[in-house]
Amino acid sequence: MIEFPILTLLVLVPAIGSLLVALISKRQPDLVKITALLTSVLTGAMALWVLFAFKSGNADFQFVSQHVWIKPWGISWHLGVDGISLFLVALTGVLFPLVIVGIDPHHDHKRYLSWMLLLEAGVMGSFISLDLFLFFVFFEIVLVPMYFIIGGWGYDNRVYAATKFFLFTMVGSAFMLVGIIATAVLAKAGEGGAVTFDLIKIAENADFAASTGRWLFFAFAIAFAVKVPLFPLHTWLPDAHTQAPTGGSVILAGVLLKMGTYGLLRFGVYLFPEAAVWARPLFLTLAVIGILWGAVAATMQTDLKRLVAYSSVAHLGFIVLGTFALTTTALTGSVMQNVSHGVSTGALFLMVGMIYERRHTREISKLKGLQKVAPVFAAAFMVIMLSSIGVPGLNGFVGEFMILIGSFPTARWWVAVAATGVIFAALYLLWAYQRVFHGEPDDDNKSFPELKWKEASLLLPFIAIIVFTGVFPKPVLSRIEPSVDKLIEHVEQHSDYQQPEPSAPVVTEEGEG
Amino acid sequence: MGALLAADTLQGPKVDWFALSPLLALLAGAMVLLVVASLTPPWPKRAYALFTAAIALAGVGLAIALWFRVDDKGPVTLVGDAMHLDKLGLFLTITISIAVFFAALITDDYLRREGLDGPELYVLYMLTALGGIVMATANDLVVLFLGLEILSISMYVMAASHRKRIESQESGIKYFVLGGFSSAFFLYGVALVYGGSGSTNFTKIVTAFTDNIDVDRGNEALILAGVALLLVGLSFKVAAVPFHFWAPDVYQGAPTPVTAFMASAGKAAAFGAMLRVLLQALPQWASDYRPAVWMITLLTLVGGAVMAVVQTNVKRMLAFSSISHAGFILVGVEAAAHGGGPSLTDNVGVSSVLMYLLIYSVLVMGTFGVVTAVGRTGDADTGLAGFRGLAKNKPVLALGMTVLLLAQAGVPLTSGFVAKFGVITAAVDVHSYAIAIIAMVSAVIAAFLYLRIMVSMWIAEPEAGDDTREVVRVPLLLGVAIGLSVAFTLAVGFFPGWLIDITP
Repeated sequence: MIEFPILTLLVLVPAIGSLLVALISKRQPDLVKITALLTSVLTGAMALWVLFAFKSGNADFQFVSQHVWIKPWGISWHLGVDGISLFLVALTGVLFPLVIVGIDPHHDHKRYLSWMLLLEAGVMGSFISLDLFLFFVFFEIVLVPMYFIIGGWGYDNRVYAATKFFLFTMVGSAFMLVGIIATAVLAKAGEGGAVTFDLIKIAENADFAASTGRWLFFAFAIAFAVKVPLFPLHTWLPDAHTQAPTGGSVILAGVLLKMGTYGLLRFGVYLFPEAAVWARPLFLTLAVIGILWGAVAATMQTDLKRLVAYSSVAHLGFIVLGTFALTTTALTGSVMQNVSHGVSTGALFLMVGMIYERRHTREISKLKGLQKVAPVFAAAFMVIMLSSIGVPGLNGFVGEFMILIGSFPTARWWVAVAATGVIFAALYLLWAYQRVFHGEPDDDNKSFPELKWKEASLLLPFIAIIVFTGVFPKPVLSRIEPSVDKLIEHVEQHSDYQQPEPSAPVVTEEGEG
Repeated sequence: MGALLAADTLQGPKVDWFALSPLLALLAGAMVLLVVASLTPPWPKRAYALFTAAIALAGVGLAIALWFRVDDKGPVTLVGDAMHLDKLGLFLTITISIAVFFAALITDDYLRREGLDGPELYVLYMLTALGGIVMATANDLVVLFLGLEILSISMYVMAASHRKRIESQESGIKYFVLGGFSSAFFLYGVALVYGGSGSTNFTKIVTAFTDNIDVDRGNEALILAGVALLLVGLSFKVAAVPFHFWAPDVYQGAPTPVTAFMASAGKAAAFGAMLRVLLQALPQWASDYRPAVWMITLLTLVGGAVMAVVQTNVKRMLAFSSISHAGFILVGVEAAAHGGGPSLTDNVGVSSVLMYLLIYSVLVMGTFGVVTAVGRTGDADTGLAGFRGLAKNKPVLALGMTVLLLAQAGVPLTSGFVAKFGVITAAVDVHSYAIAIIAMVSAVIAAFLYLRIMVSMWIAEPEAGDDTREVVRVPLLLGVAIGLSVAFTLAVGFFPGWLIDITP
């Protein structure tokens, strides 16, 4: 029986939508918008269907679809989803329609929407491909629409930021491409069989010599470290975020950066367990430096959007910390935090975008007393900000707490330093909130409009996810955990690493928090 | 009387005319066009171009017919061991013929626009292709040199063929002087190899060293010097750093369709010759010349990419980009030269080079096709400014150009990525990791240049005076050429399997 190729459609529907939008005449703007909306909503619906049809408690890849693509090179169209990628797929599916409906690019709608849909196809593809070549194709193709979105619809310094984004990521990819080819070639030599780029086959069968595996691991890790971005490769991020249009920023923070953290798990730890264990101190250190660096830099910013961008650097440091702590709790927390950060930072960028729409500035010093004139707006901002800080009861807390507690047994001193990052997060965000929303509004800010219905309905899904997963994270965690367990088992089999016995079942504790 | 007797006893080699048919088709096409067109009044619009395109397609068809013959009966040598009939030669024949086809389509309206009507350029295309095919199929250094000269001399003339542009004349003379110099290098190399091995025939050169393993080692110096000189001559033709100095000036000055033809057919022929000389004539010396090839590859990759970044003229940018593409192809050549006594058959490196050449030829034809249109009357508006606002006025053309540029940058789902993937795989296969990584990083540097062109087309704000510029026109045949090029780029990008399968 041929299964319904739901994952293939997840990639193809937005791709076809992008093509359709590009082909429809510019003189029919409504048709363009409806087409874009329909395809993105359809994709979102399919992504949610995958989320609900996903069998929890199952660690294997589900909805697998595999077809030969480039036979002479052993490359196949191999898609599958497991607990690690499931929520990223759902997040991608939900975020894009919201961005497409809710954020107005102001000019050239047709091209903008076409690029957006192509971007969605690329992001979706990277999260579900189980073939090294296929993954690389999606990973790279994402650059093109993002480049044009930043360059075409961004702010003053957009060309510089877009070019920097493109080149930084491409340098990383250059290493990864050589790494991918070398992995496939060497795996073939080890196996004595035909060349294959299949992730699962290589990860399960190939046994690289320790030194080779480490080189290959670094070739991959550089690409992902740029994408995450990990200190010291993060400098493209503040520029790209600040210059990108609001829609671009939301997508960038929401899902694009996750391609890096996801890649580190799937193509770093899973593919080269021995090397990942060996390189742990380096990555833990970089992650912690990133947490502190991002926090300190965020505190110094005068531009609200840049502040949020630096807070991303800090938050993603936590995710990398959890990834390389290599305990079930920490890894589950990392995967959870991927989603949480996507939702809360995405929403923050959305609200910063709304502020810019109203005031045409993002300078913190020019904003004052907004709470007085727009209390609902301020309340929404507050909830999202608290989620970003990691206040218990909201989604940010779950992931961050699990990362910290889970990393403690294996990376004690790093956790000790990283925990201060949580305090910093409260510092820079609350301070920013205080400067922007508290006090008496001056003349410029007196007429700051209140949250509109359209904007409110756009924010509602974000806040719903923030609160729901904060209060009741169990359904999320129970889908993530089996895959994470399996991954750690895989690491234990292929290296001399042993996970310390967990002292208490953390999940149940969380459910009550 | 004595001369007559000699003629009686001199036996010419047996000629397999069918095996030479692609060459003969091009030769006949060139001669017919030259003679008939000079005797008849000017042909109707487009007739010259369509005639040339038809001849090129005939060349492709004949090469495909021969391909099946090689499939059946295996490769042979022709005309008294002077030439090859094998898949490598046929693949390059097809590549070069396709370049002629595209060049003819691009040139058609160009000549009318520039007021240069006349069939000479078409004749020269076919003759150049003839020379290129001789180079790619030669089994003898002298035959190869013959092909090289046919190709080069036609190209000198073509470069200078825009009679109204002083830059074109300049580029012709520059190319001629430097090209003559490099031919001399090559010829000197031929002489030294002949001195060291006793023959100019590839097969005999190889047997000279296999039969007498311990020949007088004094000959080794001769051979090594000869190899070095041959390498210089060939590196000049492929525009590898540090023998590239002619390329930017010539590419910029030459009429744009001619530039396209140089970058595609010229490169294919020169790399064909390089593979023949290095792998078929001198495989025993691979460990001696490989370090030199490695170094040239490195310089070409980095030099081409870095120098491209500072340019502002698109034709010049593309000249440097073609240098960096040559670097990529050299990565494949370097990979092919690995192993004790490398050969042309069953060599991943060789197939990756061939595939790259075909893909790049089509790609560069489309790219320069767009530049031809944007150059406007006078063929001079090829600065970055000329591309400003193209997305607004000619969105389809801009989109096509974007696809071609992304392919040149090696973005997945385009043919350019498949080509790069091929050579990098070949390099990794023989453990040349360093060169593979350098190649990929230099591709990133080169990507900056393509991004700049895209920024001009899509993002740059219009400036005063933009509206008064001549409108960019895309005439029928040029449009067909660009369309085919883009279609091929995407088709190979999405489904490269068939191309990988047929590449020998």
